[in-house]
Amino acid sequence: MASELRNYDQELFWFQRRLSLAAILVVVCFATLLGRFVYLQVFQYKHFVTLAEANRIDIQPEAPNRGIITDRNGVVLASNYSAYTLEVNPQKITDLDVAIDEIGKIVEISARDRRRFKRLYDEFRTNDSLPLKSRLTDEEVARVAANRYRLPGVEIKARLFRQYPFSELASHVVGYIGRISQGEKERIEQQQLTSSYKGSDYIGKRGIELSYEKELHGSAGSTEVEVDANRRVVRVLSRKPSVVGNNLQLSLDIRLQKIAEDAFGSKRGALVAIEPGTGDVLAFVSKPGYDPNLFVDGIDTESWDALRDSPDKPMLNRPLQGGYPPGSTYKPFMALMAQELGVRTAGQTISDPGYFRLGKGNWNDDKPGGHGLVDMVKSIVVSCDTYYYQLASELDIDDWHGFMKKFGFGQKTGIDIDGELTGILPSREWKAKRFPKDPKLHVGDQVSLGIGQGYNTFTPMQLAYATAVLANRGVAYKPHLVKRIVDAKTGEARLTQPSPAYTIDLKPAHLDVVFKGLAGVVTDGTGRTAFLNAKYVSGGKTGTAQVFSLRGAEYKASQVAERLRDHAWYIAMAPIDKPTIAIVALVENGGFGAEAAAPIVRKVMDAYFNPALLDAAIKRDVPATEAIAVAAAQREVKRAR
Amino acid sequence: MQQLWAKVTDHLDPFLFAVVTAIAALGLLVLYSAVGETLGRVISQSQKMLVAVTIMILIANLSPQFIARFAVPLYVIGIVLLLGVALGGELVKGARRWLKIPGVGNIQPSEIMKIALPLILAWYFERHEGSMNWRNFLVAAVLVIVPFGLVVRQPDLGTALLIGACGFYVLFLAGLDWRVIVGVAILGGLALWAAWELNWLHDYQKERVLNFISPQNDTQDAGWHTIQAAIAIGSGGLFGKGWGNGTQTHLEFLPEKHTDFIFAVYGEEFGLLGGVVLIALYLLFIGRCFVITANASNLFGRLMAGSMTLMFFTYAFVNMGMVTGILPVVGVPLPFVSFGGTALITLFIAVGILMSVQSHRKLVNS
Repeated sequence: MASELRNYDQELFWFQRRLSLAAILVVVCFATLLGRFVYLQVFQYKHFVTLAEANRIDIQPEAPNRGIITDRNGVVLASNYSAYTLEVNPQKITDLDVAIDEIGKIVEISARDRRRFKRLYDEFRTNDSLPLKSRLTDEEVARVAANRYRLPGVEIKARLFRQYPFSELASHVVGYIGRISQGEKERIEQQQLTSSYKGSDYIGKRGIELSYEKELHGSAGSTEVEVDANRRVVRVLSRKPSVVGNNLQLSLDIRLQKIAEDAFGSKRGALVAIEPGTGDVLAFVSKPGYDPNLFVDGIDTESWDALRDSPDKPMLNRPLQGGYPPGSTYKPFMALMAQELGVRTAGQTISDPGYFRLGKGNWNDDKPGGHGLVDMVKSIVVSCDTYYYQLASELDIDDWHGFMKKFGFGQKTGIDIDGELTGILPSREWKAKRFPKDPKLHVGDQVSLGIGQGYNTFTPMQLAYATAVLANRGVAYKPHLVKRIVDAKTGEARLTQPSPAYTIDLKPAHLDVVFKGLAGVVTDGTGRTAFLNAKYVSGGKTGTAQVFSLRGAEYKASQVAERLRDHAWYIAMAPIDKPTIAIVALVENGGFGAEAAAPIVRKVMDAYFNPALLDAAIKRDVPATEAIAVAAAQREVKRAR
Repeated sequence: MQQLWAKVTDHLDPFLFAVVTAIAALGLLVLYSAVGETLGRVISQSQKMLVAVTIMILIANLSPQFIARFAVPLYVIGIVLLLGVALGGELVKGARRWLKIPGVGNIQPSEIMKIALPLILAWYFERHEGSMNWRNFLVAAVLVIVPFGLVVRQPDLGTALLIGACGFYVLFLAGLDWRVIVGVAILGGLALWAAWELNWLHDYQKERVLNFISPQNDTQDAGWHTIQAAIAIGSGGLFGKGWGNGTQTHLEFLPEKHTDFIFAVYGEEFGLLGGVVLIALYLLFIGRCFVITANASNLFGRLMAGSMTLMFFTYAFVNMGMVTGILPVVGVPLPFVSFGGTALITLFIAVGILMSVQSHRKLVNS
């Protein structure tokens, strides 16, 4: 009994000790909790406030409207339209093909849509949604919306699309936009333009769209909204409107462009028309072209392969990137140089036996038996090779290089679209660098160079520039495609002020001789047939650029494979007494310049001097089509205000 | 009428009741904000509170000796129901926790065990008062392990741990040898460590264990809960964003904001000051419970009151600990505050038992 009592006391004692221990545990634990509260709510307060705000506030980017591109008369060449697109987020879909089949049951998905989506998916691999089908009709939008619960990862978005109403026409000038690639994204980050591009999916890829990207793009705006955990917008907190891109007015006349492109027909080649007194590029043709609209919402693999692999090279910007020997079109410049360098006077004549011999070398003239007595004007009119063989053999190549450089041969013209080829204007230095095993430029080389063959490699743009500078009697204007940059908001225009880049000091008498020669080509020479009965007086020069040298054998176009035929050139200016237009045309594998290139230039010039012909060139739905695009942009501006 | 009132008040511990009322009132206030400032759930919760308080008063009127009579039947019923759950329970989110009983509705037998287990242990120890030896503790351990194991199997590790804790508190207060406590703790820890570190478990099994700890949600969701709760509480700062102004709460960032995570709402809107007030209220409440326990007149009363006291503490600490991110997320409500009737009734039964122990002490002494 005593032990039991002792046990009772002992148990009570133990109990109370344990209870005290428990009480201590309670206090310690609650103290820990309090410590945690203080840590979270005092020390980490700022951090968590930031996080709570970040939770609460969502910044929704607002992509800006891209600037509109018009020709010199306000005809719209690139505009925007708003359309619904069906976009798919590949991240949220396990089997893309099945998902697309599923979507296909609701709206029609063409084979091209599929291919294009595949290409986009392979290229970008982003977490973002990618467009599967664009330009949905209202009915299609409704159908997709009704079936949305069955289509996870599919959404309908209203987006602005770029449209090129003239499709192939002037495609190499306008270029196109496309989805921003990884490389471009990095460049945007490097240039610290990320905020301007928030919400933008597209960027200029070629042509004006590329080179004037900064002007056209504008700057993204944003809307600060309060959202709930499902990212649903609860209310708008603040809004920073986007800044619309600037509109561009080109120097190009789309009517002239159309006439020029039509004149080429199915021929490949290039044409550049420049206003010598301003440097305005009036027409800029690269044939064949391509439809820039194909690229806007992503081109499909097959279409792209077809464009890339076509032997006609439709993606090649020929005026800028095609390097060709100038052939006889070089002769007027040679004649001018001969006078300026004091190597020839206009009156000096040579006797042309039909060939030129120097040492062991022998160079034939085009005309068997020769042209007889030839002075400078005649040398241009009849395109006497012997005259220039001889002249070239007497020149110092570096003097030559120095003179021609001023006309822009073998130099980038600095035109305002990217990708220009430099070309080759031979000099001692160039020869030594290019051919270290045979560093000397031989007299024989020079003889060929004298008639525009050999190493000479110029772009049609360079030749057009040189022709324009010649037409403007040495006063050089930088060639440009964009005439005015117009602020869409204020209407304020920045003029690409045409001011002379430089002036070449040339003796008027020397120029007159060359002009006389050029005029003679049209009245009595190789340009006569093409310009018969023209209502204006022009000057010109034909040329033939050798694609491959024919040894000994007479050149017979019909017997040479089409691709190996010579390229045909024609350079022209009019009116000859004070030219307002300078044109250069190149027809690839066209054969003789007089037959292939000159008639094209004739058509362009006829139209240039005849407003009725120009206006007939394109149907201009004034004011409808153009006004719609411009008005749309303006509306956007008003809303932004 | 006066007699009835006397019956009600005689056994009511005024201090305990006042503190619980304060906590519950605070709870209703937060609930109103948490459910988007609507009255529906607040009224429903108030009604449940009235029911729970009525049950509390009834139990407070019962003597501990009378309550002890329920120990065996309640425990047996609890075990049978748990077996029933294991065999034919409702499968919800991969776990069987609920039992559908025709005419009664859905019940969660594990909830009964929170009271039934301490009850039978206290009853058992009282029967052996004064002559307790290791055999008694062995029997008690079996009484704990059976329901614990059944609940673990459901699986519901959170509730199992709470039940195990309630059982352990009784054993601990009954004087379980420290060597056994430390020994079992070390062995258990070693086994866990070995299983984890020596790769006795596959990765998927480890993941299961992790999901086991937070059963309703996968780990990612649990992470989201904890992060959002921490943001809510932290951004509350010293004085909170004000009642009804919590952005985390009202923009739906907080999960389970009116049930298990209601403290995050409270912390966001009332800040550190609110937290201190709530902790103080819980300390007052638990402190009073300790006093009752210490003054209890017999072993059954002591053990029962003590384990209920520590159960309150466990609920409060585990809940606030998980919401503030110092404990893993397990489904434990904040006592007297979280929305939900089942836990509320369990808690008020426990309060009733404490009041019974307190009020009947005087009677016994006199």
